[in-house]
Amino acid sequence: MDTAAATLANERIKMDVRDLNFYYGKFQALKSITLRIPEKKVTAFIGPSGCGKSTLLRVFNRMFELYPEQRAEGQVNVDGQNILTSKDDVALIRAKIGMIFQKPTPFPMSIYDNIAFGVRLFESLSRSAMDDRVEWALKKAALWNEVKDKLTQTGTSLSGGQQQRLCIARGIAVKPEIILFDEPCSALDPISTAKIEELIDELKHDYTVAIVTHNMQQAARVSDYTAYMYLGEMIEFGDTDQIFVKPARKETEDYITGRFG
Amino acid sequence: MSSGTVSPPRADYRLRLHRRRKFVNAVALALSLAAMAFGIVWLIWILWDTLTLGVKGLSWQVLTESTPPPNVEDGGLGNAIVGSLIMVLSATALATPIGILAGIYLAEYGQRGGWFAQATRFINDILLSAPSIVIGLFVYAIVVASTRTFSGYAGVLALALIVVPVVVRTTENMLSLIPNALREAAVALGAPKWVMIMRVTLKAARAGVVTGVLLALARIAGETAPLLFTALSNQFFSADLGQPMANLPVTIFKFAMSPFSNWQQLAWAGVFLITLGVLALNILARVLFRQK
Repeated sequence: MDTAAATLANERIKMDVRDLNFYYGKFQALKSITLRIPEKKVTAFIGPSGCGKSTLLRVFNRMFELYPEQRAEGQVNVDGQNILTSKDDVALIRAKIGMIFQKPTPFPMSIYDNIAFGVRLFESLSRSAMDDRVEWALKKAALWNEVKDKLTQTGTSLSGGQQQRLCIARGIAVKPEIILFDEPCSALDPISTAKIEELIDELKHDYTVAIVTHNMQQAARVSDYTAYMYLGEMIEFGDTDQIFVKPARKETEDYITGRFG
Repeated sequence: MSSGTVSPPRADYRLRLHRRRKFVNAVALALSLAAMAFGIVWLIWILWDTLTLGVKGLSWQVLTESTPPPNVEDGGLGNAIVGSLIMVLSATALATPIGILAGIYLAEYGQRGGWFAQATRFINDILLSAPSIVIGLFVYAIVVASTRTFSGYAGVLALALIVVPVVVRTTENMLSLIPNALREAAVALGAPKWVMIMRVTLKAARAGVVTGVLLALARIAGETAPLLFTALSNQFFSADLGQPMANLPVTIFKFAMSPFSNWQQLAWAGVFLITLGVLALNILARVLFRQK
């Protein structure tokens, strides 16, 4: 894609996906996907239900490997290394590429331990260093002020929006380089959604962010680049402003203007 | 009905339907109340008899003294209570880790339809519904017959064989109830599978798993058949698992069938104690499960 190449001319590329095919058993869900995700920017994936955008995200941290009938072919290069064939332990890859899910999933433990859980997997911090890390992550996720007096309560005692921010704090605490958001606001009310969008805007200063969303306004609001997918194919990738104002492909325009979807 | 428009049903027709529905509802409600009353009458009768006859025979001696010879004033169930406690607790301690580990295997590793997990699940279901007398005879054949003595060990083994399938089943079921989203969330942070299981899914399923263990414990507390062929009984106090061991169910069985009134009285006291214990375990299990 020439336009895409021109679009990304000034960006450092964090993730380089080449000719990626993905199968659920015999069904091919992704068809020869090629795209590049720039570093420290927000890239949004939009498209109708079933177009493969969540599937694509789940390839980026090899989450699909939990299910034996799913398989991926092709390259997902992160910093020049293909993570699909990497000899590194998959746990190390996932620690580097974090993921936030559609529904908040607090672990059955205290708010503090929810955050410390991931950190303890790869670092042995002193008590005070861990306290600092928990506070840092909760502040980053704009949750600190609401929970600082009840860190020992269980994570499930929080409201839905707070739980989702807890999950984001948990993801940030392990200090990943890339954060994947899989429709993070679809179970939340507008106020919580606004908080999380604000948060994503903050996060791109330090992290590379990829977000799947059903909400086109959300994509327009939070992302720098947007990819439109349909039926497992990458139809168009480009600057978010360009995609929403003057898409190059007719299909993209039809979807964005609501004539199809 | 004329085509195109939908007119509401006539008022008297609606009323007739409504009356009919109310009538059917009343009949169904009456039938289910009667069924419930029938069941509960027997339960209350059993509990009442246990309570009145059991309390009559209850005294401090019942807990402290060993089983007496026929037709004497003294004596209690002390040896049987201690024997039962030792065997039931040992069997649970032996069977719980095995059951939980097997349950974890089936729920977390065996979902992929491998033949090994499927065979294990199938055999576990058979074991779950096996009559306890079969298990008693099995342990008799492999342990008692070859060691040439009834022993507490044999009793523990028989009871453990009853606990294992119950714990396997409840552990698997409780873990299967944990949504996959929670597993994915743990794995997404870079947790290896065993950490994910130990710290997240097992923890989330903890109340259910503990409840399963408690209910299994309650079940073996009253099992008679497997002990009849294995631990048998013992007139005297003994904490030696290598010897025949006194226990409540077999003592009740023996005493209740006897013609001696002091033995019959003690049998009722034993029944009362077991019922109380099982009741306490069930209440504990409910409280734990509700906390979840």
